[in-house]
Amino acid sequence: MRRIRVSNLQARRFIPLLGFGLLSVLLFRGLSLDPTALPAARLGQSFPEFTKLELQSGEAIGVANLSQRPALVNVWATWCYSCRVEHPFLLELAEAGIPIYGLNYKDDAAKARAWLGQLGDPYALNIVDAEGSLGLDLGVYGAPETYVIDQEGRIVHRHVGILHAEVFSADFSAWFPQGPLGVEMPARQGSVAE
Amino acid sequence: MKRIPTVPATSSYGLTAVAFCGWLLAATAHAVIETYEFSSPALEVRYHTLSQELRCPKCQNQNIADSNAPIARDLRVVLVEQLEAGQSDEQILAFMVARYGEFVRYRPAVDRNTALLWWAPAILLGAGLIALTFHFRGRGAGAAPVLTASETAELKKLMEDNSP
Repeated sequence: MRRIRVSNLQARRFIPLLGFGLLSVLLFRGLSLDPTALPAARLGQSFPEFTKLELQSGEAIGVANLSQRPALVNVWATWCYSCRVEHPFLLELAEAGIPIYGLNYKDDAAKARAWLGQLGDPYALNIVDAEGSLGLDLGVYGAPETYVIDQEGRIVHRHVGILHAEVFSADFSAWFPQGPLGVEMPARQGSVAE
Repeated sequence: MKRIPTVPATSSYGLTAVAFCGWLLAATAHAVIETYEFSSPALEVRYHTLSQELRCPKCQNQNIADSNAPIARDLRVVLVEQLEAGQSDEQILAFMVARYGEFVRYRPAVDRNTALLWWAPAILLGAGLIALTFHFRGRGAGAAPVLTASETAELKKLMEDNSP
């Protein structure tokens, strides 16, 4: 009787340690989580219907103008510094034959055309979304964001922030096995701009 | 009338305290200043309720009523448009959730991901009550130890041995 009580008491001493251990595991796991990562609500759904103008040609375009093979949809704007950082990598992707559609998000069309004239144009088409309504339908909350749409026009992946070689080979290569050839790894840059 | 604290006006301590109180008040009164025209007062009430219940996707610890982020402003505009278009609260929330996920609601629906969030308070309260019960029961049992016949005899012997 007495011995049982003693061992019970000894076991109790370890309760705080056990609690501490559990808390450590929980907090340690928290270190590797990205609190700004949001689940993309549109994954698996068709790209939303839209009727917008094309930036360079001025023609009305819609979902039907997007290709029948996997493509990227890149949300960008001239006010977005990170987009400028990302731009050279997009040019490399375009050179590798990956179709990229631009979504010029809440931007000034004249400035956007000047930007592409100056830095090069990686986009097969550019959707002018001056008021951000298509961005809202997609669930965009900042730029840059890059989506993958598959051959059936479904949204299958979303990346928030700068797209660079490391992210591309980790998360995008499943849809683009050809990949960008001979890409240099750009230095890690700051996170998403407003 | 407010009572003025009995600290001399020259005291920097008093000034600091007053400034601190002012800061506290300002912090609670923080919200974006914007004007929207509503066709009825009822819509305005619903606007305030919904804009406080919808979370800004960009600045994650603010609702869209408090946030200055461009996306929060866009969502407020959409909210006003939808209210004026006669959408119900459920329809508006469904619209937002379809685009930004359950994340956008401060009161998300109970599903696999949010079940723990909803049930944790009850589970923790229950666990606390169980722990307390065990704690007090253990103490009650230890308070009145019952001696066996041989122990009583031994105790009596010891007492007698030590008596002067």
